Amino acid sequence: MLDNIKSTGKKATRDGFGAGIDAISGENEQIVVLTADLAGSLKIENFIADYPERYFQVGIAEANMMCIAAGLANGGKIPYTTTFANFSTGRVYDQIRQSIAYSDKNVKICASHAGLTLGEDGATHQILEDIGMMRMLPGMTVINPCDYHQTKAAAMAIADHHGPVYLRFGRPSWPMFTEDMPFEIGKALHMAEGSDISIFATGHMVWQAVEAAKELAKEGISVDLINIHTIKPLDEEAILASVKKTGCAVSCEEHNRMGGLGDAIAQVLTGNHPVPQEFVAVDDSFGESGTPMELLDKYGLSVADVVKAAKRALARK
Amino acid sequence: MANIAELKSIASQVRRDIVRQVADAQSGHPGGSLGCADLLVALYFEVMKHDPSFNMSGDHEDMFYLSNGHISPVWYSVLARSGYFPVKELATFRKLNTRLQGHPTTHEGLPGVRTASGSLGQGLSVAIGAALAKRLNNDPQLVFCLMGDGEQEEGQVWEAVMFAPHNKVDNLIAIVDRNNQQIDGSLDEVLDLGNLGEKYAAFGWEVLRMDGNNMEEVVATLNKAKSLTGKGKPILIDMKTEMGKGVDYMEGTHKWHGKAPDAELTAKAMAQLEETLGDY
Repeated sequence: MLDNIKSTGKKATRDGFGAGIDAISGENEQIVVLTADLAGSLKIENFIADYPERYFQVGIAEANMMCIAAGLANGGKIPYTTTFANFSTGRVYDQIRQSIAYSDKNVKICASHAGLTLGEDGATHQILEDIGMMRMLPGMTVINPCDYHQTKAAAMAIADHHGPVYLRFGRPSWPMFTEDMPFEIGKALHMAEGSDISIFATGHMVWQAVEAAKELAKEGISVDLINIHTIKPLDEEAILASVKKTGCAVSCEEHNRMGGLGDAIAQVLTGNHPVPQEFVAVDDSFGESGTPMELLDKYGLSVADVVKAAKRALARK
Repeated sequence: MANIAELKSIASQVRRDIVRQVADAQSGHPGGSLGCADLLVALYFEVMKHDPSFNMSGDHEDMFYLSNGHISPVWYSVLARSGYFPVKELATFRKLNTRLQGHPTTHEGLPGVRTASGSLGQGLSVAIGAALAKRLNNDPQLVFCLMGDGEQEEGQVWEAVMFAPHNKVDNLIAIVDRNNQQIDGSLDEVLDLGNLGEKYAAFGWEVLRMDGNNMEEVVATLNKAKSLTGKGKPILIDMKTEMGKGVDYMEGTHKWHGKAPDAELTAKAMAQLEETLGDY
């Protein structure tokens, strides 16, 4: 099963987002798209050309964008807000909290350039706290897809999912490997059966986990590999079924180790079936300028880091 | 259609409701609520087309957004008195398990509220979004939004003020309550707005002015504002009010921004406000 997971080329997850919008906006006329001066970065050019009346350029005014989206939702629209992850969350947290989450508005917060792999722009733009912020909002669905295909599927699926959604994706070209795999909001994707250790990964780190699992297989270590694309609501059943089988876990995310996927999994484990867990995540720091791969190496998110974490977890069994 | 005397009579009851809610809860914001009673009565009993059976989407209705959510007592009274929910529910204001939260919210399902407010500066943007949705839905009705004057200090307001004329949001009537008071004192002391109407006009808004405590002028100005919609510009009404209007000891001071009267002062207020529709 693991051997069947192969990269069929590289495209950015944000391109998958644009493709998802293109695929669904014809049939669903309630979809409207807003941007705060980042239409090109979010790959919504086709939508703008095809549906100019359903497109709103707000200018560099993210707070205004979030609340306009809330108002559009009141009128029955399904607003997709598009900007970088940093400007989609921390910059506008109170607007999301009051006008969208607390008010239960059907707004889709679509956030590109999340995490370290934004690269050279540096820490001002590399948000590593966004999953935590969004997870903490009652009623918010949080999705962090792993490649082009999964991001496309998620961009389409959220239109039919009533309620506020945070959809997190990224900038760099990244291996594509989920084309024939199913996507369902809230349902973990079981990518490979294994018996020695559970690896739970989200976003770009899923590919790192795939490569790590292949390395570990060479050493005779069998990995139960699970893609958690939906961090909230979390597929607790899938997580518990896996660790009951393997007895230890690694969580992998391009995020601060506080507040993200690892924390979410740890809560499930401590409350239900405690097993050793190791975290592959940024260790409570900001990022910096560099290429995506250099940054993943420096901040402990390389394939080798996943392998090492797996061995630490195994040793604690 | 109500006449001016009837509207004034309703406003008197609304003012009683405001003071009684705040006094009963020993919490809330009476000053700004009293100042805006005439405006909200004019909107809900005369100017707006609206349906108290309440649909969230507000299709083919005029919509009202309260951005300065702390003046919830006046909105709750006007919503109840116009049939959105039982008047006796006003007795639950700010109490545990109430739908009448300290600041208005959709979370408990109170009819009449479409988006939570209280954290300031967000309502005009929400109202713009609602107005854009009406445009997309070919719905000719209007969106009204009330903001406070202290709230104009929030940067997001100016993002919205810039957006609306650029996008010709001309089915929107915004009103700023110029009572010139905020928590820490008068706006002149805290952060002066200068000539607010000229500022909005410079951004491309059609600007009207009115005395928000003169019912005839309120109705006439709101109707004039309606007649100016659909002409490519959003409308602002720069509305002068007296904070605490109708209760002498609360008038013209920020002291009663967020403070409840004791039993003696409540009785004093009741003596100044005629009971016209029956207390809850």
